[in-house]
Amino acid sequence: MSYVGKQPRENITGIIALESQTASGTGSITFDGMDGTYIAYEFHFINLHPATDHVDFTFQVNGVDLSGFDETITSSYVEAYLREDDGNQALTYRDSKDQGQGVAYQPLTRETSNDGDSGVSGILTLYDPSSTLYKHFAATTNDMQNQDSYDAYARSSFIAGYIETTTPIDEIDFKFSSGNIDTGTIKMYGIKTGSLTEVS
Amino acid sequence: MTSYVGTGFPKVIEDKNVGWVLIKAQKVTGGVSSVDFEDGTNSVVIDGTYDEYMFVLTNLHPASNDEGIAFQVNASGESGYNEVINSTFFRAKHGESGASHQSVDYVDSYDQGGGGTSHQRLCNDVGNEDEESVSGTFYLYAPADGMKVKHFISRMVECHSSDIIMDNYAAGFINTYKPIDEIKFLFTSGNIDSGTISMFGLVKS
Repeated sequence: MSYVGKQPRENITGIIALESQTASGTGSITFDGMDGTYIAYEFHFINLHPATDHVDFTFQVNGVDLSGFDETITSSYVEAYLREDDGNQALTYRDSKDQGQGVAYQPLTRETSNDGDSGVSGILTLYDPSSTLYKHFAATTNDMQNQDSYDAYARSSFIAGYIETTTPIDEIDFKFSSGNIDTGTIKMYGIKTGSLTEVS
Repeated sequence: MTSYVGTGFPKVIEDKNVGWVLIKAQKVTGGVSSVDFEDGTNSVVIDGTYDEYMFVLTNLHPASNDEGIAFQVNASGESGYNEVINSTFFRAKHGESGASHQSVDYVDSYDQGGGGTSHQRLCNDVGNEDEESVSGTFYLYAPADGMKVKHFISRMVECHSSDIIMDNYAAGFINTYKPIDEIKFLFTSGNIDSGTISMFGLVKS
């Protein structure tokens, strides 16, 4: 099939830009309408700045026709960090930020600073949220932690898990563990295949 | 807060042919031993057309319990899916039952060196209960380069058979100068019951 000019949007495949939301003193950022159109969704975090110091950037999801962002999550949480004065560095498992069948908002950072030059950037991938199997997610984030008595830390965090529900997921919510999202943008992309070749 | 839907940023595919484009998506609807992508077969392209290839694996469910998803490749003109791979493998994990299995570890039994030609594991042991499966993303860089080894990076999230989340990272290179034009994904034993593998190419800018 060929087109003159743009393809009809429904025929485009690849990684498709779907929605962008920019915070301005916002309590949370919610995206809804996820469905089986896309095999996976990517959420790109760009310089999300917390109003409050030492807070976690977090997410939760909501099943179709359910209320409350409180689905059951089992997750792992790993971080690598280096202090700016080169005085402390490690790769470590952070057991205070994982969940074992918990329903809390899942941290994607830990104690992010609200210094003027601080922020959170990274990507969360949510695989096939419309599936009736458990839903997998994987995230990598970068942020800065600034403890009063030390230089700031550069930190990369690696979070993954699954959402233990067989109900399709259609909503996702992002917020800091306390206080507003001062500034920053979250962009939502869909990974689209179009037609599938069935093999058996 | 400002928001907009559907247009504008960044110019992905809508206005010109840039970004990731779908090459082939295969959905397993009945048990198959592997999912293969071979250049020149069923509209698959694995050559210098693209700089980089991305395979998105969603909800691959094993027929047998305790099996890992794995891959191998063929160089152009070769057969047998047995190219030499040098790789690393580490994972984070956490059990469903509260504070259990919490660690990040290098797994030396899942890497390959010394001329290994096995199927490269991309995850640990997925459970085969109805709701269990593995999903993730696998990247293969410049497989048509005739001068360099071929790098790959993979991250897979699995529901382990013992009710543990495992966040698996595998990376390495295929130690051949020959172009790679075939790749297959399979479980370490038994069939792939269901799931989808979608292949994308990154258009050269």
